[in-house]
Amino acid sequence: MNAVLEPIDTAPNQASPQAKCTAASLRVVTKRYGNGVVALDRVSLELRSGEIVALLGPNGAGKSTAVKLMMGLTSPTEGEVRVFGGDPRFAGNRLRTGVMLQVGRAPEMLRVREHIEIMRGYYPRPLLLNEIVSAAGLEGIEQRMFGQLSGGQKQRVLFALALAGDPDLIFLDEPTVGLDIEARRRMWAEIRLLRSRGKTVLLTTHYLEEADALADRIIVLNKGRMICEGSPQEVRATAAVQSGSSERHESRSGLQSVKLLSFQTKLPREQILNLAGVQKAEASGSNFTVTTSAPESTLRELLALDLELRGLDVRSPALEDAFLTLTTRQ
Amino acid sequence: MSSTALSLPYAYSRTNRAFSIFLRETRFEFVRAMRTKAFSLSVIGFPVMFYLLFGVMNRGGTVHGQIVAKYLVASYAAFGVVGSALFGIGVGLAGERVSGWLELKRASPMPPLAYLAAKCVSAVAFGLIIASILCLVGIVAAGVHLSALEYLGICGMSVIGGVPFACMGLLLAMLLPANSAPGIVNLIYLPMSYCSGLWMPISLLPKWLQHAAPWLPTYHLAQLMLRVIGYAPSVDTMRHIIALLGFAMLFLGCAWIAFARSEADA
Repeated sequence: MNAVLEPIDTAPNQASPQAKCTAASLRVVTKRYGNGVVALDRVSLELRSGEIVALLGPNGAGKSTAVKLMMGLTSPTEGEVRVFGGDPRFAGNRLRTGVMLQVGRAPEMLRVREHIEIMRGYYPRPLLLNEIVSAAGLEGIEQRMFGQLSGGQKQRVLFALALAGDPDLIFLDEPTVGLDIEARRRMWAEIRLLRSRGKTVLLTTHYLEEADALADRIIVLNKGRMICEGSPQEVRATAAVQSGSSERHESRSGLQSVKLLSFQTKLPREQILNLAGVQKAEASGSNFTVTTSAPESTLRELLALDLELRGLDVRSPALEDAFLTLTTRQ
Repeated sequence: MSSTALSLPYAYSRTNRAFSIFLRETRFEFVRAMRTKAFSLSVIGFPVMFYLLFGVMNRGGTVHGQIVAKYLVASYAAFGVVGSALFGIGVGLAGERVSGWLELKRASPMPPLAYLAAKCVSAVAFGLIIASILCLVGIVAAGVHLSALEYLGICGMSVIGGVPFACMGLLLAMLLPANSAPGIVNLIYLPMSYCSGLWMPISLLPKWLQHAAPWLPTYHLAQLMLRVIGYAPSVDTMRHIIALLGFAMLFLGCAWIAFARSEADA
């Protein structure tokens, strides 16, 4: 399937001069709804040409509001939204964007091929029908009615619609919801291919693994505010710093080495909390998970105290832990 | 490969492109509506069935010198086009709005006018199918005499009548929740049709209802249909056209306000 969407020879050359160009941006945007709910609170963010950005956050974080603003479906209460330097409502800009949204029901009595044909028709230079079909993995079901498809297949058709016009900027709202692992990885490969062709992709996701695997940059939103932004590695590090911020005497560099220890011990929880560097200890029965900012010291004391300690595992906080730390602190 | 394979002239005129989008949209809207049996069978089936019950069963009957079976060909043609507009656009678009499909369409480069016009044309196409079946059934089964000119007049009125009710459908689509839309549309459509004399000659209705009827848009469409077969006075034609135009503007204006409000709160 990759063959048909192979990077165009000229694409890297076209992409490189505009590598630092801004494809879309929110500038100090506040969005307040009629019922008083503040969905976004002074958020500024930027999508640069040719990068994949993941918008991460729990439900109600303001992810879809941010996307809707950039798609020109709603306007900000305050601040400015720009897509390709212009108003996102401008029709010419829409010709350069592709959209995949969570849709409850698409017209069911149209064939997959017909859906794609309609969407292709909106764009001046769409991809070929069979390029779209193979990019979205729809071979063999082009003639099926949309209503007859499985959830995963429907999802892939919606993905196909986002690609149809060969747009420069693509919004993907929870693109892999309902896909099995194989289909999800296949879509990831397609999304990476888009980047290699110089496209800009903004995706929202609940899957941290997905953001970690795909994104050049992750933007974490919670309750309408931007909590942090950076590469997956940076987001993890930020989370580690924040989770250790109660220990003010620790140096910043020391905090970068936050580790999670899990093990089985008969020691009481109070004793473990008193060990050097320990910030947090969760116990279920004799199984402990401990967050420490000084793993070597913690381990030395721990092993000295309990000679029968078993099942020791030391790991770096995963993006998932970082995400939880960041969003629950607010 | 995609860039070379599709090097169509970029400047290929904008209106041309919008028009071809409109044509494609119309074709698929019609195909989709036809394939949706729950829609196509009931929208075509009900006027025809009612005509068989009230028109064909009454063949030869007259009211104030008007042949009931002929009157009902015209009035059920109006009933048909109103139904296809209210259900096709009202219920259809309400579903697309609530499911998020409309939002996806709006975020795409689709020209919104082409989309709405396609739905309108599709509704009118159903209206024409219904009118043609009714004329055929009237001639064959009820012995109605209908000139070619009268048939064309009924078709023409179906096209004209489609517009205000497409606007009404648009307004309903903006206001109604998707799951109760079919029920609510029926609650508006059926009584409105009855009170406007679409089910039986309006002269058989109570006097007070006859006086209230001009407040309903369906009444004016029915009168225009009846004018075509000579069953309504020609002096009032302009009045009915203006009334329909007024209703169309009113519905369209309200739909626009409802849309603007929903967008501000989107």
